[in-house]
Amino acid sequence: MPIHEQSLIRPENLTTHDQLVVDGVDVSGHWSTFIQSRVVTDYNEAMQDEIAALPGGENVHRCWQCGSCTNSCTVNAINPEFNPRHWIYLVRIGMESEILRDKDIIWQCVSCNKCTYACPRDVVPEGVMKALSHWLELKGHVKPSPSMVFDEVFSEQVFQHGKIEEGRVMQRFFKRTGQSLNQPWLIEMMRRMLRHLPVGMLTKLGLATLVAPRTSGWSGARAAIEEYVHEQEHKRRRALGLDALIEAAKRDAGPVTAGEGARS
Amino acid sequence: MTTAKDKYQKVAYYPGCALEGTAHSYNRSTQEVGKALGLDLVEVKNWNCCGAMEVKNIDPKLQTYLSSRVMAIAATEMKMDVVMAPCNGCYHNLKKAEYDLAHDPTSVEVVDRLSQKAGHATYEAGQVETIHALDWIMHGIGEDGLKQRLKGSLQGLKVANYYGCMYTRPRHIFPEKDKGPGTESTSKPHYMDDLLGAAGAVNVEFPLKTACCGGAHTLSDSDMSTKLVLNILRAAEAAGAEVIATECPTCHSGLEMHQVRAEKKFGQPTKVKILYFTQLLGLALGLSPRQVGVHENISDSLGFLREKGIA
Ligand code: SF4
Ligand code: SF4
Ligand code: SF4
Ligand code: SF4
Repeated sequence: MPIHEQSLIRPENLTTHDQLVVDGVDVSGHWSTFIQSRVVTDYNEAMQDEIAALPGGENVHRCWQCGSCTNSCTVNAINPEFNPRHWIYLVRIGMESEILRDKDIIWQCVSCNKCTYACPRDVVPEGVMKALSHWLELKGHVKPSPSMVFDEVFSEQVFQHGKIEEGRVMQRFFKRTGQSLNQPWLIEMMRRMLRHLPVGMLTKLGLATLVAPRTSGWSGARAAIEEYVHEQEHKRRRALGLDALIEAAKRDAGPVTAGEGARS
Repeated sequence: MTTAKDKYQKVAYYPGCALEGTAHSYNRSTQEVGKALGLDLVEVKNWNCCGAMEVKNIDPKLQTYLSSRVMAIAATEMKMDVVMAPCNGCYHNLKKAEYDLAHDPTSVEVVDRLSQKAGHATYEAGQVETIHALDWIMHGIGEDGLKQRLKGSLQGLKVANYYGCMYTRPRHIFPEKDKGPGTESTSKPHYMDDLLGAAGAVNVEFPLKTACCGGAHTLSDSDMSTKLVLNILRAAEAAGAEVIATECPTCHSGLEMHQVRAEKKFGQPTKVKILYFTQLLGLALGLSPRQVGVHENISDSLGFLREKGIA
């Protein structure tokens, strides 16, 4: 299987002179093309450990760069810039700055697990994509992606009530991401849905958006889940050294007194 | 020794959230087909959502816990051996929880802690067997058994069978698949083909059986989902299919919704109809279109089915 290549030479690092004579030899045009040297010093040596500390990223160290994940990837077929093999490589060598160039597309992984199916090293690339998206958000490199907002809206409902109701999830998601429900295709879909639905069913769906379906006797489970979520959040922040960062930032900002903003 | 046939006569039924909402027609047709085939379904008491794909992204162990609670209730409160889920998501998550609880001590510890706090029995790996609606009919009745019970036929209807992602991937959570003749294949699944074929359909050679419809981002990255779905619809039409048969509420609603979206937003109409395999089986078993909820689908296929003499 081919390794899907990703050139590490960027167009802006290529130099070509239209008019150039060196030692009496005319090297105008492509004869004078050269690659500017680039020295990388800002490795994040902890990057692989940071990803491994997040759910899904545990096996990232196993990758041997065969490229099967990218080769089988659903999203790569649509957008060649989406390259799990390449990102796993960057994670392993700690090239944080290079990963950040793709920070706005990493979340697009559709979790189809074709990569997981193809990977000979049990890296679970799908998990690594999730861990990486999570990492970008935790480190403040990106705002929560629409997909993460959706996960949150959905999970909140499950944790609260034990069950979800799709209409509710949809409404909240559209609201939180600031999208309108008034989109022609959505309306057409509703129209087709309403065409034949029996009235009883409609009332039921309508009621469900007002009164969420719930699993009875869920309060014990809810409390247990909430406690666990807090504990895990704390663990992850510690693994990424986030609390220390925030403490340091607070110290630098100096004491904040009442009536005075953090910034002067 | 009890065979799968005996074991599957009466199973715990886990419909999941989607079947209580938009996929009502899948719920209804599954139950009706069960009745017509003489298979008993007992709904899992007071079930909860398995966590779908979303909870896993918040924390995978929570998803394991949510799924384990469903299995714990089936095993300890209902004394059932088999849990049947018609939703790929639910089926996948229960299988995944089963695998994790058999192999990962941390998952066992977390599930035990949460179950105790929540006040119910802790699920232990091996207490129940989780199966998909396809396994249920395939092993509980079989192709020959189905043929004997037919009241009609799918009349050579050309079908592309669409299984989606979660029914076969990742392979390690489905240890019973890929075991040779008679078992399901993860690279080229065929149970739905076999059953619909027995009911008189002609299965077209469909290369995208396990392609992804982008269901994870159906709302958060709709353009991506529309592209992926359009690919699937076009491939089915190119293979000569009149109908795409589905076996998962999420795949099904993804195809329906983005078929509309592709047409309305990108001016790319497709004609292929989308029906649950249980709806098709139900029709061949002599049930009325209303009984299997054909009118509840977004993809309007009633007229077409009448024309074909199937409904
Ligand atoms: S993650 Fe797996 S499939 Fe991808 S390059 Fe590494 S070893 Fe190969
Ligand atoms: S799970 Fe994500 S990374 Fe893996 S193949 Fe699918 S889209 Fe690509
Ligand atoms: S996977 Fe879907 S249908 Fe199944 S329980 Fe979860 S949300 Fe509900
Ligand atoms: S095909 Fe679509 S809905 Fe079905 S399992 Fe895959 S992503 Fe989910």
